[in-house]
Amino acid sequence: MTREEVLDKLNEIFRDVFDDDSIEVCDSTTSADIEGWDSLEHINLVLAVEQEFDFKFEMGQVVSMKDVGEMVDIILAEL
Amino acid sequence: MKELEYPFDSEYLLKKKRAVRKALLAEAGPFTEKKIAVLGGSTTHDVIAMLELFLLNQGIRPQFYESEYGRFWQDAMFPEQALDSFQPDLIYIHTSSRNIRQFPEPGDSMEQTRRLLEQEFDYYRQMWQSIEEKFGCPVIQNNFELPYFRLMGNRDASDPGGRVYFITSLNQMFYDYARSHDHFYIQDILYLSASFGLERWSDPFYWHMYKYALCVPAIPALAFNLSNIIKSMLGKNKKALAVDLDNTLWGGVVGDDGPEGLTMGPETSMGQVYGAFQSYLKALKKLGILLNVNSKNDPENALAGLNHPDCLLKPDDFIVIQANWENKDRNILEIARTLNILPESIVFVDDNPAERAIVRAHLPGVAVPEMEQVEHYIETIDRSGFFEVTSFSGDDRKRNEMYRDNVKRAGLEASFADYGEYLKSLEMKAVIRGFEPVLYDRITQLTNKSNQFNLTTKRCTQTDIVHMAEDDGFIDLYGRLTDRFGDNGVVSVVIGEQQKDALHIRLWLMSCRVLKRGMEQAMMDGVVKRCRERNIGHIFGYYYPTAKNNMVKNFYQEMGFEKVREDAEGNTVWRLSGLEQYEDKNQYIEVEK
Repeated sequence: MTREEVLDKLNEIFRDVFDDDSIEVCDSTTSADIEGWDSLEHINLVLAVEQEFDFKFEMGQVVSMKDVGEMVDIILAEL
Repeated sequence: MKELEYPFDSEYLLKKKRAVRKALLAEAGPFTEKKIAVLGGSTTHDVIAMLELFLLNQGIRPQFYESEYGRFWQDAMFPEQALDSFQPDLIYIHTSSRNIRQFPEPGDSMEQTRRLLEQEFDYYRQMWQSIEEKFGCPVIQNNFELPYFRLMGNRDASDPGGRVYFITSLNQMFYDYARSHDHFYIQDILYLSASFGLERWSDPFYWHMYKYALCVPAIPALAFNLSNIIKSMLGKNKKALAVDLDNTLWGGVVGDDGPEGLTMGPETSMGQVYGAFQSYLKALKKLGILLNVNSKNDPENALAGLNHPDCLLKPDDFIVIQANWENKDRNILEIARTLNILPESIVFVDDNPAERAIVRAHLPGVAVPEMEQVEHYIETIDRSGFFEVTSFSGDDRKRNEMYRDNVKRAGLEASFADYGEYLKSLEMKAVIRGFEPVLYDRITQLTNKSNQFNLTTKRCTQTDIVHMAEDDGFIDLYGRLTDRFGDNGVVSVVIGEQQKDALHIRLWLMSCRVLKRGMEQAMMDGVVKRCRERNIGHIFGYYYPTAKNNMVKNFYQEMGFEKVREDAEGNTVWRLSGLEQYEDKNQYIEVEK
């Protein structure tokens, strides 16, 4: 899967989780850019990503993830 | 909404909670509003989000108060202004083994452990008592899940120094408290976590990352279970089952295979599976769930199947047997009509997906669980929580008898040309009195579950009932009806509030099982009698229309009231004056003096 394909899928997940079809994520998107993306909603995002890509994040990864780009890096490494 | 029925897809709900919520608010309703305070010992964010979805799906619109993280005890003991003014209808205390302050250590004696248990239990007891004093509302408290590690391995269960031993003992103390306190309910997360899988339930990732005491994917299961307790407390349980016969109650088709060719009974494994399901249904009947048959069959074939020597359910175990070639949705309506209950109170059990689809399409309120494999029938009905028991009265135990008596009465009615003659033949006797403590439970239950014969649809908690029973400003009456076929139990409740020389009727309800038996009139006489004793000159009645109570729209008119007001929504106000000229209306019921 290419980086673009992963980003596309992530975009869909973000739209589902935050129920907002206008969301467009890119590598530099952070929680400050998306309404409702706080630490407690982060868990639902993480779960949805895990379900979509069929792997489990480690706690260390979740703690250190700073933006969407880093999330893509982790996903690409897990695939 | 199908997405919120068992077995729901938890991941889907967690991901799409916002969209699901929007859809529910748009299509479901009307809603009963309830204020729920969630006091947590861990993060409760998604517990609340999921609980809201399941409650909305049950027709309950919650408003939430959420304690600050981990401050369940402080909030209960020393409520903040915000909680005080919130005035909860219900408090849910979500704690977990993570909240236990001190565990025993290996080597501790029984004596030491017992002291620790007392200390820990006291901490909770103080909190519950504080809630009782300050809010007087029902409390749901979950018990403790087992610890996710065991220092001593298997010995942890029996050794006084073991955590497993400590938690199971503490849970027992919670249960003792629940048994001796009304309106205190245990949510059994010990069972839920076992059923879900303790290892996944207690995944430390969620505790260390987000301070959730259970893994987030388990939250929908927790919330669904909680919503079942709440809807049960509010009288929204299902009341009856309409069960298919061929390939549901037994294997095979009785019309084709003949009773001797059916699969049931102890001889074969498949026969045992059907036997287990039959005995499960028979056990539900003891809880007061009304059993009925809804089958495409000639009636004589259906009876031949039920009379099979290995069939654990006999024709007499069912109240209504609809065995014919009508569509099954029509039969459900007929069962509802005969029993005098709403179709929404019925669970339809059928192995055939096509039949389920028809019923779902025509009768959206009827519960239609997915019955896929015979060996999982029990689990599907059980986990759906249709019949969650929060109170269990003598009336519940006798319910099947009472309804069967009713069907007999209907048969008797048909044989009389004159309705008055029929009523006389019932030899009815009633007790009409002010509320009594032993009946508070039943009266509360009635105010929450009566929909049709209910003038104001005012829902009361037990605290409200006690308050009104003890306050002289209210006239409260219950009516209990017995006849030659048996005891109908408490069937009618009236509450009026006195303001100077007028009585305002805040609530008037009656169970539809005794409709048009003269109990309406007997209660009316009772109200007037008490008004005269207090020199009350006028009675004001109120009718607030809902989707279900159209049958009593003109009730006050029938009782001789005159209409004084009607607004655009159809709410009406009625007045009865001249009580000194009032003549008793009841002719058929002997009311105990």
